[in-house]
Amino acid sequence: MDYAAVVALEIVYMIAFLALISAGLAIVFGMMRVINLAHGEFVMLGGYATIASAKAGINIYFAMLVISPLVVGLWGLIVERVVVRHLYGRMVDTMLATWGVSLLMVGLVKLVFGNTAVSVPAPIPGYQLGSFQMGGYNLFIIAVATLTVLGLWLLLRYTRVGLIARGAMQSADVAASLGYNPKLVYMWTFTAGAALSGLAGGVLAPLTGLLPSSGGAYIAKAFIVVITGGATVIAGTLSSSVIFGTINQLVSFGSTPVFGELAMLALAIVLLRLMPQGITGRFFRNSA
Amino acid sequence: MNDEFKAAGRMRWGWFIAFALVLVLLPLVSETSTPTLLAIWALFALSLGLMWGYAGILSFGHAAYFGLGAYTYAIGSINLGESTAPLLLAILLPAFVAAVIGAMMFYGRISDVYMGVITLVITLILFKFMSATAGDAYRIGDARLGGFNGIPAFPILNVPGDASLTIYGLPYYYFVVVCLLGCYLLARWVLASGFGRVLLCIRENEARAELLGYNAAAYKTAIFALTAAMAGLAGCLFANWAEIVTPAVFGLGQSVEVIIWVIAGGLGSLAGPMIGALVLGMLKLLLGEQTLIDNSLVLGVILILVVLLLPRGIFGALTTWRTRRERGGARIESGAGSRRRRRTPRAEAS
Repeated sequence: MDYAAVVALEIVYMIAFLALISAGLAIVFGMMRVINLAHGEFVMLGGYATIASAKAGINIYFAMLVISPLVVGLWGLIVERVVVRHLYGRMVDTMLATWGVSLLMVGLVKLVFGNTAVSVPAPIPGYQLGSFQMGGYNLFIIAVATLTVLGLWLLLRYTRVGLIARGAMQSADVAASLGYNPKLVYMWTFTAGAALSGLAGGVLAPLTGLLPSSGGAYIAKAFIVVITGGATVIAGTLSSSVIFGTINQLVSFGSTPVFGELAMLALAIVLLRLMPQGITGRFFRNSA
Repeated sequence: MNDEFKAAGRMRWGWFIAFALVLVLLPLVSETSTPTLLAIWALFALSLGLMWGYAGILSFGHAAYFGLGAYTYAIGSINLGESTAPLLLAILLPAFVAAVIGAMMFYGRISDVYMGVITLVITLILFKFMSATAGDAYRIGDARLGGFNGIPAFPILNVPGDASLTIYGLPYYYFVVVCLLGCYLLARWVLASGFGRVLLCIRENEARAELLGYNAAAYKTAIFALTAAMAGLAGCLFANWAEIVTPAVFGLGQSVEVIIWVIAGGLGSLAGPMIGALVLGMLKLLLGEQTLIDNSLVLGVILILVVLLLPRGIFGALTTWRTRRERGGARIESGAGSRRRRRTPRAEAS
C-alpha cells in the first residue's frame, strides 16, 4: 500500500516536473511556432540566478519565484530583440540560431561561474511515508507546477491579455487590423515564455544542483513534451506530460531510471509518427 | 534553375586536383595526427552537407550514424580480431538503420521540424543507452560496452588478410585522405546522375516532383541512407584515430558541431562543408589549447551570425560574389541552395 502511494506520488511528481519545464517552451511554440532550442539553457540560467541569489543571502523563495523569472525574462527579451525577431516564419533557421544562443550561454556561464557544479540545499525537509523516505520538496514542485498551469489557463482564458495573445496566435493579420501590433505581442510572449523557464529553473535548482551543461538535460524532455503535445498550449502540455510522466516512472520502477527515460524518448518517436501534428492536432482541438 | 542543375553536376577538376595535392603533400610540412582528424571531420561534414544542401533534409542528430559507425567498428573488430569486415559493417549498419528511420519519417510525411525532433531524439536515445551500459551485463560477444567510459583497446585497421599489419601514422593519414576524396567523388557522381537531379527537383518542389511520377519518399530515404553510410565511415575512421570510442560520439555537441561546420562553410555546395569542417575544426583544436575562451561560446556566436547574416555560408557568399562579378554586376537569381526559396516554392518554372 505504501509502495503504491510512493509510485503514485512519483508519477504525479514527474508529470508536474515535465509540465513545469515545458510551459515556457510551449507558450513560445504554441503562440509563435518558434522552437527555442536554448530553452534548456534558459532553465539553467534561472537555476544559476536562484543559487547565486541564495548564496548572497536573499531569501530562497524570493529568489526562485521572483528573481529567476525576472532575470531570465530580461535575457529572453534581449534574445528576442537581437536574434529571434529576424527569423519569424523560418522555423528551421530559428532552431539553428537558438541552438547557437544555447551554446553561447553555456560558454558564458562557464566563463562566469566556472565549469564546476553548484547547489543549494532544498529548503523543505523530507518526510516519512510508511517505510519510505520521501523528498518534501517534491510536493512544493507539484504545487508550483499546478499553480503555473492553472494561472496560465486563467490568464489565457479569462483576461484581456490572454484574449489578445490567443487572437494573435490564431490570426496575426486580424489582430493587427484590430490595432494590436503582432510584433509586440510576439516580443512579450517570448519574454513571458523565458520568464516561465526561469521560474522552472529556479524552483528545480535545489533539487538537482547545476553545471553549465545542465540545460541539455531539460531541452530534450521539454522538446518532446511540447512537440508531442502539439500547438495548443495548455491541453497539449498537460496531455503529453501525463503520458510521458506516467510511462517514464512506470518503466523506471520496473527497471532503471535510464530505461524510463529511454521508454519516454522511444514513445515520443512513435507518437510523432502516428500523430505528426501532435496530440492536440488530433484531440482537444478547440481548447486553450 | 538551369544553372543550378548544371552547377550541381559540374566538377571543377582543377580545384579538386589542387586540393588533393595539398592533402597528399601536407605530411611533408606537418605531423599527421591533426590533419587526419580534420580530414575525418571533413568527411563527416561532407555527408551532412550532401543531404542537407542537396536534398533539403536537415538531420539534427547526424552524430547518431557517426557514433554507430564508431561503435560498430569497435565491437566488430574486438569480436573478429581483424578489421576488413568490421569496416564494411561500420558502413552498412548505419546505412541500414538510417534507411529504416528514414522510411519511417519520409513515408509518414513528417514535416521538417518534427523530423528535427525525431533525429535529435534518436541520438539522445543512443547516447543515454550507451552511457548506461557499464558492467558485465552489457556485452556483445567479447566486447564490453563499458558505459560512460566507452570501449578502449580494440584492434585498429589492418591490411586486409593480415591482421598483424596494422595501419597507423602516415599510411593511416593517406587512407583517410583516400576515403575523403573517394566520398567526394561519389557525392559528385550521385549529384550528376539522374538520381541527384531528381533529388534537387524534390528539394525545390516536392509536390511537383511527385506529380511527375517520382517517389519522393524513396529518393529521400535513399539519400538519407547513403549519407548515413558516409557518416558511419567517418565514425569508423574516428574510432581508429582515437583508439577508443565513448558515448560522446553520440552527443548533442557532435551533432551541433557538424551542423555549424556545414552551415558556416556553405549550404548547397560540397566543398563548403569540408572547408567549414577544416577551418572550424582547426579553430576548435586551437581553442582547446587555452582556457580563457570556451569553444562552445565561439561556436554559438558563429552559428548565430551565420544564420542571421550569411544564410548561405561563407563559401556560398564568396561564390555569389564571384559569380556576380563575372557577370558584370548583374544580379543573379539562381544560386545553389537558397534556403529561403526552398520553403516557398515558386509558382512558375524558370
